[in-house]
Amino acid sequence: MPGPAPDERMRPKGRRNTQGIRVDPEAEVTHEPRQAVLSALVKHRPGVLSEVSALFSRRQFNIESLTVGPTVDDDTARMTILIEEPEPGIDQAKKQLRKLVPVVSVRELEGEAVRRELALVKVSGEKPDDVNAVADMYNGQAVDASTDSVTVEITGSKQKIDAAIEAFKQFDVQEIVRTGAAALERGPKTLEKDV
Amino acid sequence: MSERASVPKEEETEPETEQEPVTTGAQSVIRALENAGTDYVFGVQGGAIMPVYDALYDSDINHVTMAHEQGASHAADAYGVVTGDPGVCFATSGPGATNLVTGIADANMDSDPVIALTGQVPTEFVGNDAFQETDTVGITQPITKESYFAADSDTVGDNVSEAFALADAGRQGPTLVDLPKDVTQGDTEVEPGSPETPETYDVPEEADDENVQEAADALAEAERPVILSGGGVIKADASSALREFAKEYEIPVITTMPGIGSFPEDHELSLEWAGMHGTGYANMAISNTDCMLAIGTRFDDRLTGGVDSFAPDAEVIHVDIDPAEISKNVYADYPLIGDAREVLRQLFDAMPRSPDADEWRDQCQTWKDEYPMDYDTPDDEPLKPQYVVEKFSEMTPDDTIVCTGVGQHQMWASQFWEYTEPRTWVSSHGLGTMGYGVPAAIGAKLAAPDQEVVCFDGDGSFLMTVQGLSVAVREQLDITYVVLNNEAVGMVRQWQDGFYEGRRMASEYPWIPQFDKLAEAFGARGFTLESYDNVEETIQEAREYDGPSVIDAHIDPGENVFPMVPSGGDNGQFALNEDHLDMI
Ligand SMILES: Cc1ncc(C[n+]2csc(CCOP(=O)(O)OP(=O)(O)O)c2C)c(N)n1
Repeated sequence: MPGPAPDERMRPKGRRNTQGIRVDPEAEVTHEPRQAVLSALVKHRPGVLSEVSALFSRRQFNIESLTVGPTVDDDTARMTILIEEPEPGIDQAKKQLRKLVPVVSVRELEGEAVRRELALVKVSGEKPDDVNAVADMYNGQAVDASTDSVTVEITGSKQKIDAAIEAFKQFDVQEIVRTGAAALERGPKTLEKDV
Repeated sequence: MSERASVPKEEETEPETEQEPVTTGAQSVIRALENAGTDYVFGVQGGAIMPVYDALYDSDINHVTMAHEQGASHAADAYGVVTGDPGVCFATSGPGATNLVTGIADANMDSDPVIALTGQVPTEFVGNDAFQETDTVGITQPITKESYFAADSDTVGDNVSEAFALADAGRQGPTLVDLPKDVTQGDTEVEPGSPETPETYDVPEEADDENVQEAADALAEAERPVILSGGGVIKADASSALREFAKEYEIPVITTMPGIGSFPEDHELSLEWAGMHGTGYANMAISNTDCMLAIGTRFDDRLTGGVDSFAPDAEVIHVDIDPAEISKNVYADYPLIGDAREVLRQLFDAMPRSPDADEWRDQCQTWKDEYPMDYDTPDDEPLKPQYVVEKFSEMTPDDTIVCTGVGQHQMWASQFWEYTEPRTWVSSHGLGTMGYGVPAAIGAKLAAPDQEVVCFDGDGSFLMTVQGLSVAVREQLDITYVVLNNEAVGMVRQWQDGFYEGRRMASEYPWIPQFDKLAEAFGARGFTLESYDNVEETIQEAREYDGPSVIDAHIDPGENVFPMVPSGGDNGQFALNEDHLDMI
């Protein structure tokens, strides 16, 4: 084959980044990750959670949290999935989710969506009054108490719960459980009907 | 073809009567397949699937007993590729089901319509590590459009109908239904419904008109336009729409490897296929285009090389039925979601004019002249594989179907055969499954009994599924297998020589059997080819033999596949020989 060698051939001027987006050949371009709240209605049946979580793990998406629970419709469950990804990844996640047969609908909730998380924090029971005082600061309440421990329930944003846990550390935290976020769009919009 | 041949069928001469009502889950499974128009099923018997086979005994569906379940899934896959309708395979639970997995994964990567029905241990044993139990749904969920666990004899027929419809709908692909033995044995009078996709599965048809217009305007403005035609064009039966479109607007056409056959390679607008071992001219055009109409392709990395250097000047119009493919690997400036055939019609009507691209077409022609697909044939050299492929191609009709294994032979079969018709190139692309060829040729021949079928295989690939020859012999399938025998897993050997300083670890196979004798042992015809003298004569004899034949072609063991774009490389920087590899 007689044609010109690699370095003597006609070359284009353009360039793409590693996400396949055409970019200025001179400038550096990377998309910063951002957090997205995806909400999905899914068929309420065995195997759905594993199908969804397998999708995320296969594509190496970083899931911040994933919660799932029933809705008013017995056949449907709702998942709230927080991911942190650069823009093209977030879009891919939505489209891949929509492809799954048991997924009824998917939407990314807007920034101001109502987002709540729950934590139960078990601390030493030596200073119950002080524990109560800290719980009050975070609108939490003691839900169980014994001579050795107090368990406090806190709901709110992730930041608030992080802060509360930080504050409880002074009482020797024995155990923590957190749910991950559940979220709903503000206003009359729902996943079933667009307004 | 039927395996009940030895059992006389009483009502053989009686006219078709009303179908008997179903009485078991298994009958309902078979009824669902009949309703969907299934002609062939490829499979292997076993304990957990026996009730389904028992119900098949009374059906007109032909069953082809395979020698290994992997072959069943590949044969079903090839059947689906050639006919466009889902191919069906059966396996028992446990090892039967896991043997199907490779073929299911292969079908998934290539969007081939396949339905796998697997036996499962009775429901009460599921999860107890019972004999021959595996979590088939769990294993296959990530490699199917959907895997169903049939939980009830009354609904199992609907599960199968839905799986059938889903495999064929929108972007085709595999589906699976796992059938616990108690569910198939259980009583039911419920007839399966007609095949329908689940309500949550929407298939777009036409793209948005406004988007189509914008894309058409961009294409008409282009100075260096190309069409990139993927496997989706063939799947959507859009080859003729593509031909009309390209010819009317005089736009050069490049195919992807799965898109081979979507556009005739002997047409002047054809640049054949691009990618790692695609033609130099296709890769030059891909690199330098300013507007690419990409249809039904998922921009696999063997096509794109490194995406940073892929068609870096091009605005991309991406037509695909699967929205998740849009901007997955290469950003689409103009996404058009819809069926390829419909969208091509829309685009045809929306084009304001042909692009002004005389100069560009001349440039493409220059590249064709500069980088012709050729190879050295000095007389004293051992037989070149390219020559065997080229000769065979010249001797056969246009609609001859070519199947392959995976490796160098696959590349030569795609480079040196001239493809002009869709559904004549049957290969394992996305998964790159060695062993695909032998069973795929069986599925292809049964799908198109009137077309000639040839399988180019490598010695390594052939050995992986050689037991399938017994099936080809039993079914008397007129297939010509050509083993391009280099006593090595040649593609690996090529990479070791190019990128691992020639350290040929585990890639040379000097102990392989004599394939002509092996063929004879199976009851097929065997031939050997060692030199240029009798290539045509041997091919002719093998073609004329009415049954499976195997040509053991001893080729130059040092021959390598070029052009080559190294993994992650720049398509325009393809190497034409070993020396170039050092330069890039
Ligand atoms: C099942 C499987 N195992 C391993 C590989 C890795 N592999 C890719 S090409 C190749 C060589 C194939 O050898 P052969 O079939 O003899 O064909 P040749 O390259 O010699 O033409 C191998 C081992 C593969 N693709 N598939």
